[in-house]
Amino acid sequence: MTKEEWEQALSKRVGEPLRRTFAEATVAVCGLGGLGSHIALSLARAGVGRLVLIDFDRVDLSNLHRQAYFPSQIGENKTDALRENVLAAAPYVCVRTHCLRMTAQNAAELLEDADVVCEAFDDPQAKAMLVDAAASYFPGKWLVAASGMAGIGSPNRICTRKLAKRMFLCGDGTSDAADGIGLAAPRVMLCAAHQALTVLRILAGETDV
Amino acid sequence: MVKINGEWEDAAGKTIAEYLSGTSYDVRRIAVEKGGEIVPKCAYDATTLMDGDVVEIVSFVGGG
Repeated sequence: MTKEEWEQALSKRVGEPLRRTFAEATVAVCGLGGLGSHIALSLARAGVGRLVLIDFDRVDLSNLHRQAYFPSQIGENKTDALRENVLAAAPYVCVRTHCLRMTAQNAAELLEDADVVCEAFDDPQAKAMLVDAAASYFPGKWLVAASGMAGIGSPNRICTRKLAKRMFLCGDGTSDAADGIGLAAPRVMLCAAHQALTVLRILAGETDV
Repeated sequence: MVKINGEWEDAAGKTIAEYLSGTSYDVRRIAVEKGGEIVPKCAYDATTLMDGDVVEIVSFVGGG
C-alpha cells in the first residue's frame, strides 16, 4: 500500500478537504493506557497526520485486558509498543514519543506543537494536573479529557460535554476505578471513542457537542 | 447567590479557595469552571465569587 493509495482511500471516505485537515493536524495523547492506546489507534486510522504519544510506563500483563497491546509487548515502554501498533495499522502517520512522566513543569513544552490535547491518564490527580496546566500555560489549546468509565455500568451513561470554551469532558463522571469495580475494555473503549471523535470534530470545526 | 453545580449557594464574596475550604473537595483532583473558563489553581485565592456567577466543580475519578 503506497502513501497515495492510503490517502485516496481516506479521501474517498471523508472527502479530500477533511482528509487534508486531519493530515495536517497534530494531536497529543497524554497517558497510553486503556483510553490513550485506543484514542491513538482511532486517530491514526482516521488520518490524523501527527501524533505525540506520552507515557512513562511499561506494558504489563495486567494491561492486556483493555489496552491496545499484545502479550509479546510485555515489558516494553508503552510509547514504543504503541508506536509499533499505530504504525502497523496506519503506516504513514508521523509518531513522536516521550517516555516520561508529565508534570505541570514540562507539560507546556511537551504539548507545544499540539492542536488538540487528549487527557488520558488513569490517576485523577494527573488528570487535574493536566487540566490545570492547560488553563495556566496554554489556555488557547483544545483539551479533551475523560473522567468516569470504570465498571460495567450502562454504556449510555458515557457522554461528552463541553466543560469550558476550549475543553470537552467525556465519561460518566462518577464510576471510579478506585471503587474496585474494575475496568472493562468495551466501556473504556467507548470513552476513548468519545474522545477520539471529539478530536476529529474539533479539527473539522465542529466545536459544540 | 452563586450557582455551583446547579445549586444556588450563599457563596458570593468568598474566594474560590475560601469556598472550597468549607467543602469536602480534594483540591488535588478537581477542576473549577467559571464563565466558560477553567480557573487555574494558582488563581483560587485571588478569584472572588460574585452574585450571579455560575460555577462548576468537577472532581476527577480514577480509570483510563
